[in-house]
Amino acid sequence: MNNLGETLVFWICGGLAVIGAIGMLVSRKAVHSALFIAMTMINLAVLYIANSAPFLGMVQIIVYTGAVMMLFLFVLMVVGVDSSDSLIETIRGQRVAGILFGLALGVLLVAFLGTAISGMPDVGLEAANSEYGGNVEGIAHLIFGPYLIAFEATAALLITAGLGAMVLTHRDLWKPKKSQRELSEERFMVGAGHPGNKPSPGVYARHNAVNTPAILPDGSLALDSVPEPVRGRDDSLTVDHREVSEVLELSEGDSFDGNAHEGGAK
Amino acid sequence: MTGSQFGLFGQDPWWLVLLKVVAIFGLLVLLTLFTIWWERRVVSRMQNRIGPNRVGPQGLLQSLMDGFKLAFKEEIIPKSAHVAVFWIAPVISATAAFLAFAVIPFGPTVSIFGVETPLQLTDFPVSVLYVLAIASIGVYGLVLAGWSSGSTYPLLGGLRSTAQVISYEIAMGLSFVAVFLFAGSMSTSEIIVKQEPIWFAVILLPSFLIYVTSMVGETNRAPFDLPEAEGELVGGFHTEYSSLKFAMFFLAEYINMVTVSALATTLFLGGWLAPWPISLWDSANTGWWPILWWLIKVQLFIFMFIWLRATLPRLRYDQFMKFGWKVLIPASILWIMIVATARVFRDDVSVTNQQLLIGGAIIIAVLLVGSWLLQVRADKKQARIDAEQAAREAVPFDSTSGGHPVPPMPGQRFEFTPRRVMAAAGAPAIESNAGVAAPAIDQQEEEQNNG
Repeated sequence: MNNLGETLVFWICGGLAVIGAIGMLVSRKAVHSALFIAMTMINLAVLYIANSAPFLGMVQIIVYTGAVMMLFLFVLMVVGVDSSDSLIETIRGQRVAGILFGLALGVLLVAFLGTAISGMPDVGLEAANSEYGGNVEGIAHLIFGPYLIAFEATAALLITAGLGAMVLTHRDLWKPKKSQRELSEERFMVGAGHPGNKPSPGVYARHNAVNTPAILPDGSLALDSVPEPVRGRDDSLTVDHREVSEVLELSEGDSFDGNAHEGGAK
Repeated sequence: MTGSQFGLFGQDPWWLVLLKVVAIFGLLVLLTLFTIWWERRVVSRMQNRIGPNRVGPQGLLQSLMDGFKLAFKEEIIPKSAHVAVFWIAPVISATAAFLAFAVIPFGPTVSIFGVETPLQLTDFPVSVLYVLAIASIGVYGLVLAGWSSGSTYPLLGGLRSTAQVISYEIAMGLSFVAVFLFAGSMSTSEIIVKQEPIWFAVILLPSFLIYVTSMVGETNRAPFDLPEAEGELVGGFHTEYSSLKFAMFFLAEYINMVTVSALATTLFLGGWLAPWPISLWDSANTGWWPILWWLIKVQLFIFMFIWLRATLPRLRYDQFMKFGWKVLIPASILWIMIVATARVFRDDVSVTNQQLLIGGAIIIAVLLVGSWLLQVRADKKQARIDAEQAAREAVPFDSTSGGHPVPPMPGQRFEFTPRRVMAAAGAPAIESNAGVAAPAIDQQEEEQNNG
């Protein structure tokens, strides 16, 4: 065992993990908290690997950092991108009590575990790891051997929870979902309104100012191509029917009755 | 991790480790520059263009120059961005991309300056899981980039990439399982050695196909490039990024492409093992030659990426997610069940030849009945389509069906309006300059119409 390397890894990753944990508590933005937890998890994974548990370390990153934390982030982003905790205490003296209890727990753990573990020689790691030909094989033997029922029961529990979440959030469709074809046909039916994008102001017209209504291919004016606020101000360019008919004559060669089609007005 | 199976790993002197790290870094950067150039050239050929051919021989230095330009561009950070996260996102992306290559084997054991060492930075019992883990950290780069930009489209792009990469990582992980079962190991060097007689792509073809599909989804490349879908989301998660930070995302995307290609090579195409005709040569799998075989295989995958991009349109988001969850993942699970059952029968259960033959006969019978049922279904569907077609042909085409101009349906014939027919017949209807070329075309159309 390379003792210097292990010590270095422990102090660097341990320190970063603690910084991550504290950062999670003190940061105001929920997303920052989530990031700090992710940092703590990754550092713990490195410590696992340094302690000859490579499989556990990798699973820690894939499952916790990659899946669980990512889901948290996902929910945070969907629900409240800018949500930040209010720092007003709802229970008096809660924060002080929390800090005190936390410190007390820390002292307890350090004192108990420190005295219990310090000076203990590490025995049996090599033997345990090499019993079935490696760390991964050893874990596989334990999971699919003595602890098979516990493992399967946990899997069943997780699947039940997943199914439960799906059942609880399930919504019955009243009628079958419309296909792309049906939607498209509906768009083109009589009375369905305009099937595509509405023309923007100035299309086919003599001016492209925002208050100039577009002229549709059939020669009628699309008054709703002028944005509503502009329409409301009532300073749309007055339609010069002579110009319109000139345009139409140029493009169609048809005679045009300027008063006939002023469609599109609401 | 100095067990017997990882004999030479972890034994390198420090200067050799440093040399390998620098070599891998250099290789990845060079491969990125090369891949960008190659992609542009290949896509150009497929679109009847020439592509970059000015800077350097055949335009090879084009991506280097583009890289310089990109790095020296003005950096713009939006006012609404969360600056710290905005900074760290591209760093996470690029770092994770480089890290994954630590466990990719390039070749067998060689001698470098008198030290026997494998051509691989490191290896340990779970190195394939390590690649998965690093990939899941890399996603943070995209998600955080989307969130920290403080703008709508990047956020949507970031959310899409989260959903996409998580979904496709499951299919990807499941496709590894069969490989692990056959190799009996999760370390990349072991897996390659176990492919000595025959590649896993051959005996585990379904796994290979699932992996190849999910790796395209995992790297956000066309036709699965929904997070950046430029038609819908401007640029997706990197819309607000510019200059060097954008360059890092760019770099990460291309390195990820190389990484998943290298992983596919390692797991399914025998890694650095020589392909068949070359493998007859005795020293094909020794010394430095294997790096060449490795490089060729990886480049084949990258060519496939480019080919896909030039050929296929982007999927719709819901179709894409349905494909991942309802097709790829169940197919993977089913295939793993089959593989595991077969393994158990082969290794642990003593089967006589007679039983084996009966089993085979049953499977063939099931397949025959299944294919017959499928054929019946396909026939019915074809009959329905034919009936619909006939029904449509019976209805005359109305170009203003329902009030709006519509094109004819398959089977219907386009009819010109009386006015167009008149114009084509030479009536002096069109006088505008747009009509200069019109009569000839109209006449042609009319002939088609009559004929």
